[in-house]
Amino acid sequence: MKPIQAVNDFVVKFANVNGSGSASANELFAKAILRMGVPVSPRNIFPSNIQGLPTWYEVRVCEAGWLGRRGGVDLMVAMNPQTWDADVKEIEPGGYLFHDSTKPLPKSKFRDDVRVLGMPITQICNATYSDPRQRQIFKNIIYVGALAQLLGLEMQVLETLVGEQYRNKPKLFEPNVRALRIGHEHAREHFADAPIGLALRRADAVGERIFVDGNSAAGLGCVYGGATVCAWYPITPSTSVVEAFDKYCNKYRTDAATGERRCAIVQAEDEIASIGMVIGAGWNGARAFTATSGPGVSLMTEFLGLAHFAEIPATIINVQRGGPSTGMPTRTQQADLVACAYASHGDTRHVLLLPQDPHECFEFAASALDLADRLQTPVFVMSDLDIGMNQRLCEPFAWDDARVHDRGKVMSAAELEAGKDFGRYKDVDGDGIPWRTWPGTHPSKGAYFTRGTSRDPYARYSERGADYVYNMQRLLRKFDTAKALLPQPLLRRAARATAFGAIHFGSTAPAMDEAISVLEARGLQLDTLRIRAFPFADSIADFIAAHERVFVVEQNRDAQLRSMLVNEFEIDPARLVPILHYDGTPITARFIAHALAERLDAQAPAPREALAGSAR
Amino acid sequence: MTYIAKPSLHHPSLTCNALGYTRRDYEGRISTLCAGCGHDSISAAIVRACWELAIEPHRVAKLSGIGCSSKTPDYFLSPSHGFNTVHGRMPSVLTGANLANRELLYLGVSGDGDSASIGIGQFVHAIRRGVNMVYIVENNGVYGLTKGQFSATADAGSVSKKGVVNTDAPLDLVGLALQLGATFVARSFSGDKEQLVPLIKGAIAHRGAAILDVLSPCVTFNNHAGSTKSYDYVREHNDAINKLDFIEAREEIVVDYAPGELIEVEQHDGSVLRLRKVDVAYDPSDRVAAMRYLHERQAAGEIPTGLLYVEENAQDLHARIRTVAAPLNTLDTAALCPGAAALEKINAGLR
Repeated sequence: MKPIQAVNDFVVKFANVNGSGSASANELFAKAILRMGVPVSPRNIFPSNIQGLPTWYEVRVCEAGWLGRRGGVDLMVAMNPQTWDADVKEIEPGGYLFHDSTKPLPKSKFRDDVRVLGMPITQICNATYSDPRQRQIFKNIIYVGALAQLLGLEMQVLETLVGEQYRNKPKLFEPNVRALRIGHEHAREHFADAPIGLALRRADAVGERIFVDGNSAAGLGCVYGGATVCAWYPITPSTSVVEAFDKYCNKYRTDAATGERRCAIVQAEDEIASIGMVIGAGWNGARAFTATSGPGVSLMTEFLGLAHFAEIPATIINVQRGGPSTGMPTRTQQADLVACAYASHGDTRHVLLLPQDPHECFEFAASALDLADRLQTPVFVMSDLDIGMNQRLCEPFAWDDARVHDRGKVMSAAELEAGKDFGRYKDVDGDGIPWRTWPGTHPSKGAYFTRGTSRDPYARYSERGADYVYNMQRLLRKFDTAKALLPQPLLRRAARATAFGAIHFGSTAPAMDEAISVLEARGLQLDTLRIRAFPFADSIADFIAAHERVFVVEQNRDAQLRSMLVNEFEIDPARLVPILHYDGTPITARFIAHALAERLDAQAPAPREALAGSAR
Repeated sequence: MTYIAKPSLHHPSLTCNALGYTRRDYEGRISTLCAGCGHDSISAAIVRACWELAIEPHRVAKLSGIGCSSKTPDYFLSPSHGFNTVHGRMPSVLTGANLANRELLYLGVSGDGDSASIGIGQFVHAIRRGVNMVYIVENNGVYGLTKGQFSATADAGSVSKKGVVNTDAPLDLVGLALQLGATFVARSFSGDKEQLVPLIKGAIAHRGAAILDVLSPCVTFNNHAGSTKSYDYVREHNDAINKLDFIEAREEIVVDYAPGELIEVEQHDGSVLRLRKVDVAYDPSDRVAAMRYLHERQAAGEIPTGLLYVEENAQDLHARIRTVAAPLNTLDTAALCPGAAALEKINAGLR
């Protein structure tokens, strides 16, 4: 078996034990590659556990810039005996296995078609450190040093990063650098004679992009978007959204002299209470949000119906995970679309924003707060675990200082005083969006009673059918208005005109883009449309109409986006072909390219052999 | 919910308060509750308390859940914004509203089904957090709107109108509130306005979670022999432990009382709660003693009413989480958004 040869284009996977301190070492590895100008996309694959269970960190190195998960592993860093067999099995033929060789393993534990690189890491650590904690922690740093030598990762870059990491803890700098050098030196002595086929080379493919996780980005977006009230309940994988909001509020919203904060963060007793607080705050004129995941959304549904019907702004960052029920709490899915779009009993619908990466998590979180105020309704930012909890290379965050938070149609005391007619649920502008007043505005004008029951345009309780229908029709008009205010779908045309299209959204984007490029290289052309919001823009219907066959690629079992498209546009279901990935791992370009090629081939013969490789 | 507007004619001889408002200015729409409902007396007590205190009606936010009691915010304080939320969830909505604007007065009205059954979790946690609010439970031990089922505050052994005996143990909202750290805890009776009005005033002046459990008989479904929440039963077993006078300014003349018969508690706004003790041994500033006393008297079949506990230097949620003094809903983009230059620095740190 010929060893894999690749420069700036391979996958390294670290198999670790949860809680062993591997996360920061692995991140150091990924970041150092970025600093050499080579794009990487790392992914945590972790258990619902704090200590002891297996965890993996998969780093795709790709100078071409594809950031989706590739699939397959070229170099396995096997540090967890529990998962050894499966880890070894996952390596591509011709790949490499780096492991701690302190304890000898029988030959049957290895593969003939994989090159083995053993380093007695435990032995080295035991000889170097006396403190048991250091013996464990520095194992991780030592293998990063060894990998630097094996792959050509520049030590100077690593040491600079360590320096930045421990800027405020200089005592930790020296031992970390020492561990890096021990690993590097050992690898030089033992492996330099027979270098491996994987190599890193300086490039200029990262540019101005930033490296950040979607949850931090969403938390920061809520700071920029002017959220002042955050009520939440801890749930994986959304918790770090609030942690980021808190961290940035400490920095940007705290009075240095008094310690007083321009925000209120409350950890609620459950998700029912967290959305209740958000709705109370929104009703009272503050911009409020919560962050949650599927089970939280299920609990919130009664309140979401209230906010929809009583028309109260609310922003919900839903970091989706595998459902149903507790499902796969540490795995990714896009399976809450229907649950969020139509949450609650009765005829309801809610605005969804569908970010593809941390850049859009920031942008959409900030916009969601504007849209919630403008439309007076709940707005979901539908992130997922893949975007939310993994650092991703993306366009830098951007903010225009001329931008002012849009508070929507709020009638002021002066307007009320001047005698302006106020009907809380009256469509005076023809866009379906009524005017509202905040409590406490005017001594005698503008007060009204908010309720989840039917009412007339002046907010007076009414069970008259005509009043109810007026209101329900107005809500439809409002959602029609919303279409133009939401992020529009993005079209990517194939090089040549084609009868085939593909629709996708959210975290599928990087894998989708790569799959299209793979297919194009093989002569298969598809136009793609990335949907970024619900209610759907009419241009989506145009896209579907313009193509003979449209594939809908999504990460759930039941083709939820496809169902919504069929439902909203009354499209013949046969025109929309589902491509579904829902095993909890992020969708890959290989999967998409294979699935699309298979279906396109069935339709029109294509060079099948050429494609086989893409789905290995 | 009512749809009958009350005529807004004011008799010229109506007295005005310090703001120039008459009591009519604090009223709401005409109640649609049953004639004789205890809840209507509580609404009237709220109207009187707010008028006498010269609260600006529009600076009150009145919130409720679902049920007979939760309908009542429509029947008082028309110039206030009201919010009839979902069943059992008023406390969270009130908490959020309070976070948004700390300057309004938050009046939560709920019932025993709304607070003790479906909403017990939110009742508990809003109190734990010390949300600055007046939380009135209009407690009749029964579900009125669904026609007479027991609620979680119905006493074990009490008999429903249909003759069913309640076998479940009752929840004691006052005992719970004390245990959860409420800083103003009172129990009263809708039929005793002289006791109830000063308690509501004291709760309004209190900064923190003020809980009022008001026994409020349901004339239609729980006012019969065998009920422990009927007018007759409550009157018979009412055990007032003190009598509260709410005094707005410190300078009021103190009437002479024998030592030990009077306690004065000064609140944040300078108002004074003057308690004339009926039971001289009772100390409303001792939480543990209050809990013990209540248990003993309740075990003896009595219903202790009055101001059961008050903490002079209570801290509310805003103080605990250190929000700025300005209401959060008044902060503009400049106060909230760190701007492009700061973002550029953040970007630089992420490369």
